[in-house]
Amino acid sequence: MSAATSAIKPRLLAPLALSGPTTLFFIGLVLLPLLLTVILSFNSYDYTAGIQSDFTFANYLTVLQDEYYLSTFWRTLRLALLTTVITVLIGVPEAYILSNMRKPWRSIFLLVIIGPLLVSVVVRTFGWSMLLGKNGFVNSALALVGLEPVQLLYTETAIVIGLVHIMLPFMVIPVWTVLQKLDPTVEAAALTLGASRFTALRRIVFPQASLGILSGSLIVFALSASSFAIPGLLGGRRLKMAATLVYDEFLIELNWPLGATIAIIVLVANLVIMLAYNRLIERQAKRKLG
Amino acid sequence: MSFLNLDKVSKFYGPVAAVHDFGLAVEKGEFISLLGPSGCGKTTTLQMITGLVRPSAGTITMGGRDITHLPPPKRELGVVFQSYALFPHMTVAQNVSFGLEMRKVAKAERDRRIKEILALVHLSALADRYPREMSGGQRQRVAIARALVINPPVLLLDEPLSNLDAQLREEMQFELRRIQQTVGITTIMVTHDQAEALSISDRVVVMEKGRITQVDTPYELYEHPRNDFISSFVGKSNFLRATSAFNGKGAAISIDNTQIRFNTDRREPDGKVSVFIRPEKLRLTAPAEGQIQGKVTTRYFMGSQWLVSAETPAGVLAVAVPNLGAPPPVEGETVGLAWQSADCRVLAGAAK
Repeated sequence: MSAATSAIKPRLLAPLALSGPTTLFFIGLVLLPLLLTVILSFNSYDYTAGIQSDFTFANYLTVLQDEYYLSTFWRTLRLALLTTVITVLIGVPEAYILSNMRKPWRSIFLLVIIGPLLVSVVVRTFGWSMLLGKNGFVNSALALVGLEPVQLLYTETAIVIGLVHIMLPFMVIPVWTVLQKLDPTVEAAALTLGASRFTALRRIVFPQASLGILSGSLIVFALSASSFAIPGLLGGRRLKMAATLVYDEFLIELNWPLGATIAIIVLVANLVIMLAYNRLIERQAKRKLG
Repeated sequence: MSFLNLDKVSKFYGPVAAVHDFGLAVEKGEFISLLGPSGCGKTTTLQMITGLVRPSAGTITMGGRDITHLPPPKRELGVVFQSYALFPHMTVAQNVSFGLEMRKVAKAERDRRIKEILALVHLSALADRYPREMSGGQRQRVAIARALVINPPVLLLDEPLSNLDAQLREEMQFELRRIQQTVGITTIMVTHDQAEALSISDRVVVMEKGRITQVDTPYELYEHPRNDFISSFVGKSNFLRATSAFNGKGAAISIDNTQIRFNTDRREPDGKVSVFIRPEKLRLTAPAEGQIQGKVTTRYFMGSQWLVSAETPAGVLAVAVPNLGAPPPVEGETVGLAWQSADCRVLAGAAK
């Protein structure tokens, strides 16, 4: 009996000892700064006296009543959604083609897809601004065929193009992983039952990949909604998204509490949207795919 | 002209022939099994009939129409895959419905046919289940229902029973035959299990290294295997070392010191032959009464029969003794073994 009770102790301590360091790390690097930001968002700011350590809802009221902030939030949501939809439309077929490739080509093209992640976002975004700029490649090409030049840089289109380019690997990889696990004879079965290739993809292959599409779109949406470099460089000074707005408040207006408030609102909105979406799709997929 | 014809069909992967000069004529309503060890080309042959694999040479005709290069959706065949290949995100009814939807069958008609086919495979109660909520045998039935509901001219089964446990496999074998005969559909089944092939087929096609070695009814195949590969692959068999001396009428085969006469015109240059006999055709006798003497080395109780092995001068012989109540001799005992020469087949070459 006594031997058994003394044996329990190390068994209880082991999980604590193993998870302790990461927990402390997580608390120190994620929870604590987050808590400080929340506290900061309830402080008030005075342009002459700086941050006051009081408690007020004024920041939240300001942000939620101001047309400028609301329109920026709306733009952030719209562009993130649009980016997600486009990456699904491009990334899912791309993943399918990738999963059907033969031996050497598959690894080569996987590298081509992941490759851009090895280059800094800022560098890639500057690449896009050169392509889309007034005298950039796109406009030169349009001029060659005798068309009017178009304003692409510093528009929402430019932001979406940049975001889609950077987010694609985050869609392709989870979908590809799921497709790899599918039984190829299931698709063959659809063909023998009279389905065209396209119908077999639409009704049989892609629905089975729905969990991969779900995780891919959650990653893409979250990263797009909080992206900073791309809207900053391709959207210019006037087209703001949530992250650039927070940057402005912190570093240009120096109004830290207001910046913190925007950051918290974006975080909460992002969480609510993602959790709702996750529940909606996952519940359906769980029931069907187990 | 038969209903389904394969004429000199071959499939090459590079220089390797997966299937070579496969020729077979299948009559309407026939149940054919393609039997062979793994890698013998039987599945490739089936896939060429489904259209999932393109033949390198030869022609396939069905009902007088050349379908050699027709894509799979145009062939309208019913295919049951080894893994069943059910659509995991669809219910049983939706799985079965898919082929009908592809044929643009109206909703009411679709529902009627789904109901009918699910009743045939005894799954009416499970129409709204998802495949993962079902047992292996039930999934198998769904796969069969899904293939049959489109009224295909031919049903193709790829190792349909290999994923089931032994008891269920036997049950499904007879179930498969019942369904096939109810519908009266021409069926081709690929299998590596000889018992499966023998019990339910009208004809069995034995394949070895991409070629057909024998096409026969199950009984003929079992009783008159054409070579020693088939005789050892189909059922259990004994090979006895023997020598043959050819004279005008036939061969005199000597096993140990016993002479047996065979009416054969086969002449072996070195006189070395093997005599093939099924374990159930051998009888155990008192030591002096048999054609050959041996010592029992092992005996296994199989329920309905005993499997006794005896070491004899002509090699180790397996004897199947029906379990009629009296236990057979124990290990180490000397016994006699007797047979009728009509039950023996003489094959060329020394027994291995």
